Amino acid sequence: MLERIAATPAAVELIEELRAENGPLLFHQSGGCCDGSSPMCYPAREFRVGQRDVLLGQVAGTPVYIGAQQFELWEHTHLTLDVVPGRGGGFSLEAPKGVRFLTRSRVFTDEEYARLKQEPALHRGPPE
Amino acid sequence: MSKFPSVAEATQAAEVKKSYGNFIGGKFVPSVKGQTFTNPTPITGKPLCEVQRSTAEDIEKALDAAHAAAPGWGSTPVAERANVLNKIADRLEANLERFATLETLDNGKPIRETRAADLPLAIDHFRYFAGAIRAQEGGLSEIDATTVAYHFHEPLGVVGQIIPWNFPLLMATWKLAPAIAAGNAVVLKPAEQTPLSILVFMEVMADLLPPGVVNVVNGFGTEAGKPLASSPRVRKVAFTGETTTGRLILQYASENLIPVTLELGGKSPNVFFEDVMQKDDDFFDKALEGFAMFALNQGEVCTCPSRALVQESIYERFMERAVKRTESIKMGHPLDPSTMMGAQASNDQLEKILSYLDIGKKEGATVRTGGSRAVMEGELKEGFYVKPTIFEGTNRMRVFQEEIFGPVVSVTRFKDEADALRIANDTLYGLGAGVWSRDGNVAYRMGRGIQAGRVWTNCYHLYPAHAAFGGYKQSGIGRENHKMMLDHYQQTKNLLVSYSPKALGFF
Repeated sequence: MLERIAATPAAVELIEELRAENGPLLFHQSGGCCDGSSPMCYPAREFRVGQRDVLLGQVAGTPVYIGAQQFELWEHTHLTLDVVPGRGGGFSLEAPKGVRFLTRSRVFTDEEYARLKQEPALHRGPPE
Repeated sequence: MSKFPSVAEATQAAEVKKSYGNFIGGKFVPSVKGQTFTNPTPITGKPLCEVQRSTAEDIEKALDAAHAAAPGWGSTPVAERANVLNKIADRLEANLERFATLETLDNGKPIRETRAADLPLAIDHFRYFAGAIRAQEGGLSEIDATTVAYHFHEPLGVVGQIIPWNFPLLMATWKLAPAIAAGNAVVLKPAEQTPLSILVFMEVMADLLPPGVVNVVNGFGTEAGKPLASSPRVRKVAFTGETTTGRLILQYASENLIPVTLELGGKSPNVFFEDVMQKDDDFFDKALEGFAMFALNQGEVCTCPSRALVQESIYERFMERAVKRTESIKMGHPLDPSTMMGAQASNDQLEKILSYLDIGKKEGATVRTGGSRAVMEGELKEGFYVKPTIFEGTNRMRVFQEEIFGPVVSVTRFKDEADALRIANDTLYGLGAGVWSRDGNVAYRMGRGIQAGRVWTNCYHLYPAHAAFGGYKQSGIGRENHKMMLDHYQQTKNLLVSYSPKALGFF
């Protein structure tokens, strides 16, 4: 399967640090106002993954989900989780550390997009 | 050049303290664990004050205080409660200049806006709900000649409120005023980006409210927001923010079987029909200002008109004027009264906006103006500034579909009314919209057709109390800014009374 989601070394390091403190994690890509359009990082069992949420892939052993309708609008882009100095961000776990996860994006090339269209549909719903 | 204070001078003039406690039971107290965090001003990126980094223990203390206060406050006559709200409004008004400065220091928005919008609106909001609660009536329904159903409004009790950082005082007021007017006690968590002005507000009005009616606990979402939103000791949660946290809050509420109101943002279309250019008059000037409204509050508004739809017959001529109008926006020091656009509220906000400028370009949107960080001089050098940006593209691009929460508008063209309506509604959200036309019939049809809670018609970004505000689709649940918000903070008690001495005849 073609990779849809990646993480920068700084993001991987932060994920590992948060996992050591909180146990298994998951990401859910947010939309909407204020701290929206940013990835939210929670303890894996804190957030109830919806039946239609799309699993984009795993970064550093951590699943990354996005809402179904939002996925339709994002599916032509490859995402990379990064981390920047920041403050706040909903209930995301990293905020007290003075840093914030950030989603960076690039558009899939025509060739990549054609390949994606051939691939089986992504997993939806909670982990099996 | 206009004269205005430096950040240091303004901080001193507004009497900002080095450190603030949580406001619990009418007093400022340190957090149980004794931890604090530094609150910077986005104007310079430098520290402004220390606030408490609270945890579940502090939320419990605040809930204790709120539960102790709720029965007394809930049974206080409405005339008295309304008087308290009016006094709060007077107190804010008497300190308008100080609070305008505090809000600018805390959030980075231009003082021109805090003086003319944030504060006057907050003041009026308390007065509105003072009036609304006085005028509220219960009901009686005559079921038959001897049976009457009486309907009484009762407060819910203790409620939790989580406040965003884009209009810290005003958004706190939108939630606080109806809640306390209706007789509830509140535990409120301000955004960690902007805790200051709400704390000073508590300091200034502490003597007006019985202790425990309003409690403010600062901290991070994961450490203080979660224990508040998931507490079985609140009867309702109100939240303004984004969709994933909105879902998490609904999830907690489902465990406690309590109601929730959510305001989760939008991607508001601002639609310009060809007749706006029929004449180059006041109305067209107003429409151009309406276009430029995407830069209000640096675009950090849930209803930012971040998509502009312009009819193709006027597109080029309109855009020429719109770009010119946008380029005349004066960026500068937020404390300078002539500044129109100030700083973004935080570094991560800045980074997110820049990431959208990046994906917009990668998706092939054209930058008509702006498109990058604004590098400022002097004490603003380390602050968070973005140039007002106009993208041109198509509605399925991500910059047309996601809330950037920055001074960025994405513009596209439409053929006719049906096309305009289709594009306007092609979004996950439905909070705000704007329609500009000299033809009242067109404006009416569009206004009714757009799936959004607020359609500004030949205006934009007005937020008067008594005009309901809230979202369709993924933009949330509930309506603020109107007396109907009282319903979101009240129970209905029905007394079904029989005035007949006769048995029903069943047994």
